[in-house]
Amino acid sequence: MAFAAFASTDAVVTKPARRASTVALVMLLPGILYMLLFFLTPLISLVITSFQAELPGGDIGDYVPGLQWQNYVDSASEYLPHILRAFGYALVATVFALVISYPIAYFIGVKARRWPLLQSLMLTLVIAPFFISFLLRTLAWKQILSDESPVVLALKAVAILPADGHLTGTPFAVIFGLTYNFIPFMTLPLYTTLERLDIRFLEAGNDLYASPATTFLKVTVPLSMPGIISGTLLTFIPAAGDYINASRDFLGSSKTAMLGNAIEANFLTLQNYPVAAALSIILMAVILILVGVYVRRSGTEDLL
Amino acid sequence: MAAMGTFAEAGADLEFIDISKRFPGFTAIENLNLTIPAGSFFALLGPSGCGKTTTLRLVAGLEEPSAGRILIGGTDVTQTKSFQRPVNTVFQSYALFPHMTVLENVAFGLRRRKIDDPLGKAHEALRLVELDHVAARRPAQLSGGQQQRVALARAIVNRPALLLLDEPLGALDLKLRRQMQLELKSIQTEIGLTFLHVTHDQEEAMTMADIVAVMNKGEIEQMGAPEQLYELPRTAFVANFLGQSNLFTGPVTGSTADAITVDISGRGIVVPRTRAQRHAGEVTIGVRPEKLLLHIEAPTADAGINVLGPGRVTDVSFSGVSTSYIVQIPGLGAVTVFAQNMVFGPVVNEGAEVWVSWTVDHGFGLEDEPAPGSRFPSDSSTNAIAVQRRADLETELEGA
Repeated sequence: MAFAAFASTDAVVTKPARRASTVALVMLLPGILYMLLFFLTPLISLVITSFQAELPGGDIGDYVPGLQWQNYVDSASEYLPHILRAFGYALVATVFALVISYPIAYFIGVKARRWPLLQSLMLTLVIAPFFISFLLRTLAWKQILSDESPVVLALKAVAILPADGHLTGTPFAVIFGLTYNFIPFMTLPLYTTLERLDIRFLEAGNDLYASPATTFLKVTVPLSMPGIISGTLLTFIPAAGDYINASRDFLGSSKTAMLGNAIEANFLTLQNYPVAAALSIILMAVILILVGVYVRRSGTEDLL
Repeated sequence: MAAMGTFAEAGADLEFIDISKRFPGFTAIENLNLTIPAGSFFALLGPSGCGKTTTLRLVAGLEEPSAGRILIGGTDVTQTKSFQRPVNTVFQSYALFPHMTVLENVAFGLRRRKIDDPLGKAHEALRLVELDHVAARRPAQLSGGQQQRVALARAIVNRPALLLLDEPLGALDLKLRRQMQLELKSIQTEIGLTFLHVTHDQEEAMTMADIVAVMNKGEIEQMGAPEQLYELPRTAFVANFLGQSNLFTGPVTGSTADAITVDISGRGIVVPRTRAQRHAGEVTIGVRPEKLLLHIEAPTADAGINVLGPGRVTDVSFSGVSTSYIVQIPGLGAVTVFAQNMVFGPVVNEGAEVWVSWTVDHGFGLEDEPAPGSRFPSDSSTNAIAVQRRADLETELEGA
């Protein structure tokens, strides 16, 4: 609005700017088209599906457009345990991944700074699991944790696990699988912030009577907050929607099924598309709200 | 060491006993013995890479000495961890915590030591540096000079027995720098703490410090009051690092009870015996450029005056207060003369034939073994060192 006052005199100046914005628009066009086609269209279609009503007297999987708010109420109440498990498991797995990844990232990013070769080697090791398919890795863990595996036999032998105990199919196995699978997503963002951590701040902390532990809590952790935030988001969001680890074919059982498994079953097996779509939208909405509150609460804008 | 809940009563003295610090590949400090008296403003002056910052880090406990002991107020702190030493540092980079407000930065040390009313004391310290009005801001929102003052407040609020200053004024512009120098000095006088100030700026060291130690290659070349160091430098390094000097080398040809005569390319130059470190053989003598007078005619011989010349003016540069002349004297090389810009006195142009003279009392004789050649090459001037350091750094970067 304020520019309007100068429009007549600044005509010469604004012209190149307008041309630049046209160029920018042209360059953004493929991205915008892509988003319209592959994000917005499916999203709208999902929303429409979630309101569909059953076709009276129709086959399984026959639905007509409608405005069935009841879909949401029904699916939320029926699958409440799945919803709670999804966010509960994801939260626990995120905490474990953070606790495991932070020392790794700290070592690579801070302690190993003097040896770039060691740094790159360790980073490669962090990423190395990605060279093998996600499914294969999870299947491998199923083997390792299965009832006849040396791990389980050993745990039974030392009576940590009762004689009739299992590992697969338990919440432990599911959270273990989630933690394992998302550790690289936690480690890499943590590494990038810790790698830039200025050691002089730690020296200043030490100089100002803070013990190494206090310096860590009061200086290192707040300064690595951007990494902690992005790492936890990159772990929590996909973990909450994950349906591989908790699946009966992998590390879970029907008692550990998460929201993702419920969506999968409704879409592919039960062909109850409205419920599946409603659950998807619930998942999306809850994640959006949680993440919004989390980012706002952690006050990362000061560090950016 | 840093007793919880209490402040240091007064500054403590600092003692280095046979301190050495070796890093893989080079020795930063060799056998340093040094005592810094309590309550003094002590400046450690030297070019980059001379070991002065390492010395400071040893005191702060951020580095461990390879050998020797460090005593603060008579207590051995060599094995004491950094956070337990009664020492605070104003870092060259300030190292203000970016995630805290200015006030929290200043209160940080107080909170760690569980001192009563940390925020009140932090406000007080900020008032001392005249920055209480920005207490709620983040360090990134302050200017360089303000950040520097916050760093200072953050250190002095703890009333350390010893305050370490690591080139804290390096990033400031000249005017702010002068102002901060005066402020630092007045704060030191006011609170009576021991200040150990590391700098490569000779002017800063001389204006602020009670005692200046000139450091070179991990050793202290000379130590004393600024005037004493300037008037009577003992080595060529000190003579050229602390201000500028004209140095000449020649054999001692005559000596009386209170003076020696040195033959400088055929002319007898007289230096008082008390101002010369060596009294026989080849010696290097010097005189400060501002002590020299320019003459456009050969001055009449006088027992109290040394004369060199004739020479030719090869460069005249005007710097406001004074004009600097470079005079090429055959057989001697370049002699620098600073002349006050007053209405009287000769004003000469390039190419003029001139003589230079100085009062015998202004000359000094150095302790160094004279270097080969009639005159010391000026490779120890700050400028030459800076150029050398840059060249070294470039080769290092290329090698990396």
